[in-house]
Formats: sequence, C-alpha cells, structure tokens
Amino acid sequence: MRYDSLLDSVGGTPLVGLPALSASDDVRLWAKLEDRNPTGSIKDRAALAMIVRAEEQGLLRPGCTILEPTSGNTGISLAMVATLRGYHLVCVMPENTSVERRQLLDMWGAEIISSPAAGGSNEAVRVAKQIAAEHPDWVMLYQYGNPANADAHYAGTAPEILADLPTVTHFVGGLGTTGTLMGVGRFFREHKPEVRIVAAEPRYGELVYGLRNLDEGFVPELYDAALIDGRFSVGPRDAVRRVRELLQAEGIFAGISTGAILHAALAQAAKAVKAGERADIVFVVCDGGWKYLSTGAYEGTVEEAAERLDGQLWA
Amino acid sequence: MPIEVRVPTILRTYTGGSKAVETTGANVAEAIDNLEDAHTGIKERLVQDDQVRRFINVYVNDEDIRFSGGLRTELSDGDVVVILPAVAGGSA
Repeated sequence: MRYDSLLDSVGGTPLVGLPALSASDDVRLWAKLEDRNPTGSIKDRAALAMIVRAEEQGLLRPGCTILEPTSGNTGISLAMVATLRGYHLVCVMPENTSVERRQLLDMWGAEIISSPAAGGSNEAVRVAKQIAAEHPDWVMLYQYGNPANADAHYAGTAPEILADLPTVTHFVGGLGTTGTLMGVGRFFREHKPEVRIVAAEPRYGELVYGLRNLDEGFVPELYDAALIDGRFSVGPRDAVRRVRELLQAEGIFAGISTGAILHAALAQAAKAVKAGERADIVFVVCDGGWKYLSTGAYEGTVEEAAERLDGQLWA
Repeated sequence: MPIEVRVPTILRTYTGGSKAVETTGANVAEAIDNLEDAHTGIKERLVQDDQVRRFINVYVNDEDIRFSGGLRTELSDGDVVVILPAVAGGSA
C-alpha cells in the first residue's frame, strides 16, 4: 500500500483472527494490530490527531515547544510527529519506565524530565502541569483531557473494526488516558450499541499506589463511565502469562499491557461460551514487545517475570 | 472459605498494617460493614452516600464493581476483593 508520507500511513491497521486462542467457531478472538503504526504503537493515532487539532486551532506554530506527561509511548509518537512537523518536544516521564522508551525518545530528539517513581503517571501529570504553569509559551497537548485523543479512535480505530468485522460483539482495550475506549465506545454506542465495551487496566505494585491520597486520586478528564460496560484490573502475573500465550499460540510478540487486555478478552470469551452465545471479540495489540525486553517480562518463569515487574510501570 | 480483602498502603492504618484481611458477607456492602466492625473507620474511607467513593476502585475477582452491580455485587466464599486508589495507567 502506498502513502505520500509516513504520517499518512498512521492507522488502517490489520485485524487478524486468532484461531488457536479462539474458544470455538462461534466464539472468536480478533487482534487489532496497532503495533503496525509508524512508531509501533496505538499512540501514533492520538499523537497525530492532537497535533493536527492544535495546528488547526492556531495553538501550534513551527518552532513551538510541546510539553507532555507520558509513560513513554505517547511521547515517542509525539516525538515522531513533532520531528516531521518542526516542533520541539519535552516529555515528563516517571523514572520507573523501561530504558528502551528513554532511548527512543532520545533518538527522536525529545527532551526528558523525570518525575518520581512513586505515584507513576499521576505524578508525571502533576509535574507537567506545574512546568506548564512556569512556561506559558509551551503547548501542553494533555492526552488525558484532549478530545482529539478520543476522536482519533472514533474516526479511525472503531470504524475500521466495524468495516472489517460487521459481526463484532465485544471491544476490549487498555485503560490509561481512556482515549481508545472513549472514542471506540462512543462510536459503537452510536452505530452498533449492542457491542460491549470492556476496559483492561494494569494493576501495579505498591510503589505506584503506595502514596496515593484517596481523596485526590486521578481520573482522566476524558473518562466517561457510561461508555464502557466492564472494567478489569489485571496484575502482572496474568499479563505476563497471556502475553506469552499470545506469542506461543499465535506468533504475536506484544507488549505487556496487551497481555492484560487479552486476559480481559479471554474472560469475555469464557462468559460467552458459558452463556451459549456467539461472540466476535476484538482486542487491541497496543504495541510490540520490543520496548519492554529490558523489563525481564519475557525471561524465566511467569512468577520470576511478575516479580521483576513489581515497582515498574510495565504497561 | 472467607472473602479476602486486599488493602492499599494508605488504608493499612485501619488494619494494623495488614496488606490483606478476611471478612464475610453475601455482597460487597455487607463485606464492608463486617470489615468496619473489625477495623473501625475504614468504611468512611471507602463509601460515601451508599456508593464507592470517586477516587476509590473496588474489584471483585479483578472486575470493577461499578460495572457489576456496585455495592450490591454478590460475593461467594473464596472471592478476592481488591481496593485501589484511582490512578492513571495503561501505556500512556
């Protein structure tokens, strides 16, 4: 397939069937391969959409500095788009993210400001908001509250799935900024409301939750609970187990968060089998496993790998 | 088998430092009431106006109870209830 530029090739990803992991001919699993985007991540969709929207609104002019809190993946996507469009990028990233993400951001010329490991992405958001206040000329696209993030999936991811698989019954995605689920959820509520929208969120170790004040937690501004039908919290052991199954059974080498999503997708499949219902369950492969090799998730036993992930922002 | 409740660090002042405590109850509301009997004060940190507090997530066997019947979500022996503060996550 031919495109005029790399940015024109964002989206339009393959939807592949998973015959070995599917329960039967009536309960089928389908993987939406978002790792096929230019930087190998679903975040390319949101990054491009947020920058294009900001340009249209006159917020971004060539030479501008973009600031963003990120666990790394959106940062890498933004760095790619920013390079091609002539912007400088500053990322605020928790220090307990994988070294590959830092290396990639570095390669694409982004500046990294580290935020404390304790508190994870919440803390990165807090630090970024503080920096934004000190640099009013910088543009914070703010993926957690930017409607263009969800719109990218409303206009792209969801209609692509419906066109490829009109019989879709479930969509299972990762819950971070909530952009994917909000955009896809809104699309299906409008166009095929019987599709069940299921969220899988990573359950981290104590380091990430330890210091959270329960009265000042963080719910992304984009999040609307009415657009989802179920929400699963998946620990590192199940995520690692599933990511290995995906590789062994279907040959797909995915990142750890995809293991968490697959875990929730398989739970939906089990429910459908139990109820004797037909199901076409689509789940998102957010990114490939490359950026997570240094986490140790793919080495040794599942227990050893899960232990190594404790304290890391593995999704 | 009773129900296992996993408690986040911030609430362990109520459980004498324990990461996990056991309780009973036919649904989450009952389990929290029984938890309150043994660990006075914890209920107020979890529940407000008969709903789970905004920045608290409660999961029964990994599923968020907001989508499975709220505090009325039924419990069976051996279920695991996880209480967590709301955080941003995923591959953001």
